[in-house]
Amino acid sequence: MSALAPSLPPTGTAARVLHFRDVAKAFPDGTVALEGVDLDIRRGEFVTVVGPSGCGKSTLLRIASGLSPATSGTAEMDAQRIGYVFQDATLLPWRSVLRNVQLLAELHGISKTQTNQAARDAIELVGLEGHEKKLPRALSGGMKMRASLARSLTLDPDLFLFDEPFGALDEITRERLNDELIRLFHAKGFGALFITHSVSEAVYMSTRVLVMSGRPGHIVDTFDIPFGPDRTPELRFTPEFAELAGKVSSALRSGHS
Amino acid sequence: MTTTVQSAGTTPGEMATAAPAPARRRKRRGTLVDVAAPLAILAVLIGIWYAITYLVLEPGKRFLMPPPQDVITEAFLDGAAMERITAALAQTITVSFTGLAIAIVIGMAWAVVMSQARSAERSLFPYAVALQCIPILALVPLIGFWFGYGFPARTIVCVLIALFPIVSNTLFGLQSVDRGMHELFTLHGAGRLTRLFKLQFPAAMPAIFAGLRISAGLSVVGAIVGDVFFKQGTPGLGILLDNFRARLQGPELFATILVAAALGIAVFLLFGWLGRLAVGRWYDQSRDPA
Ligand SMILES: Nc1ncnc2c1ncn2[C@@H]1O[C@H](COP(=O)(O)OP(=O)(O)OP(=O)(O)O)[C@@H](O)[C@H]1O
Ligand SMILES: [Mg+2]
Repeated sequence: MSALAPSLPPTGTAARVLHFRDVAKAFPDGTVALEGVDLDIRRGEFVTVVGPSGCGKSTLLRIASGLSPATSGTAEMDAQRIGYVFQDATLLPWRSVLRNVQLLAELHGISKTQTNQAARDAIELVGLEGHEKKLPRALSGGMKMRASLARSLTLDPDLFLFDEPFGALDEITRERLNDELIRLFHAKGFGALFITHSVSEAVYMSTRVLVMSGRPGHIVDTFDIPFGPDRTPELRFTPEFAELAGKVSSALRSGHS
Repeated sequence: MTTTVQSAGTTPGEMATAAPAPARRRKRRGTLVDVAAPLAILAVLIGIWYAITYLVLEPGKRFLMPPPQDVITEAFLDGAAMERITAALAQTITVSFTGLAIAIVIGMAWAVVMSQARSAERSLFPYAVALQCIPILALVPLIGFWFGYGFPARTIVCVLIALFPIVSNTLFGLQSVDRGMHELFTLHGAGRLTRLFKLQFPAAMPAIFAGLRISAGLSVVGAIVGDVFFKQGTPGLGILLDNFRARLQGPELFATILVAAALGIAVFLLFGWLGRLAVGRWYDQSRDPA
């Protein structure tokens, strides 16, 4: 447990968007993926989960989103709209970038003019202007991820779920997208639940890092991250950062065994 | 857009990066080989044709395989013969396209119903397979017995023969959507119809067109088969083939066969082209088995 107080935002005042109490998940084949998971996320919190492969991180997100029910315990989502960014971009290959970004607003029955405006804004936010007419097959991996992010942004979600969204990208692209996501997070103030394998990404992005153990997954450690909203890539090379990353790493290793 | 569509067939992976000029040059060189090689084979086939006519067959039996120039002068350049062939061709096209259109409507509806529930698929798919397993030829006399020997009976034969590829390919296409995309739609509250029209149908288009291409060819077969069986009514290519055969009119028979073959090929190419027009922009058809 880290003794450092979170510097942003004033936790406890913002609206709670996700609440897990003693959540467990067992699959019909007997696999117990999660056990005794407690978790609260408010708007303005960026919570990252790190854990070994197969420990139930994706399962956690699926329960949070309502795609899959918990076997026991309470899982409450208190968001008007949620954004869910999958590991692959899941763009519809026959739709242009613009039409892909418009998709979710379309599904929610939002009016055409509003959808158009929201899509243009989101495309600008993720830096995809000039690529609106391209088809997904003409985009690089990073651009696909940006399009996928923009698609969720059109809904202006209260709760954003990310399942290893940058796992397939090279380090430079990943770090650039990390910065863009932090900027979006501070601009919009949503609550975020972010999954990653990368300890450095976790510490860099989050206001709080949760470490999960191997199966059955439960949360073995929590670290509040003291860095403010003005994070720059140099932060990764500071001693404070290294110390925190080291603690998270060792927690991860001890949970693993 | 047009250049993108054309280059999509030959250089799919590179189209995003390749400059237009080299891409076009590569394409042209490819086309030359694509045309020259089949032409060479054609020349060899015509050579074999001549060899059989003049070297294998005794002069008295040459009507069995008249030389190409006779087929041209006595059939293709003969006004009366050509008039009959063109009229028959028009009749066959009408029958096969009507049959195909009906097969498309029935086949897609059938597939959509099956895609909506496991139980629907379980109860209906065996009948699609049965349709494919029953030799339709065995049913043809019955169809004539029930529906007479005119246009409706012939169209029904076409529909029966062309139906299966549309049903199975549409179903396969509708079910080919990956789970992630379904979950995206579920997550955002999409209903059945929205899912069907915004997700499943567009995703199924490549498979549907692959099925259409097969079915279109089969519908031509169906039209000719129906014809051969039902020797009454407006003659299509099938009746004509049978007449020419019966009267030992070799050149006319060969000309009709060539026209029937050309129709089959034209239909195949037409639907290939329509498919590229519909999905070539985003789907790389060169990966399909042709
Ligand atoms: N539908 C299912 N039926 C049975 N077992 C499942 C199912 N889905 C997941 N599991 C199992 O539950 C465990 C957790 O899966 P999950 O996908 O949540 O892991 P993860 O932490 O996201 O792994 P990774 O880091 O590799 O993505 C795994 O052991 C997996 O095999
Ligand atoms: Mg996972």
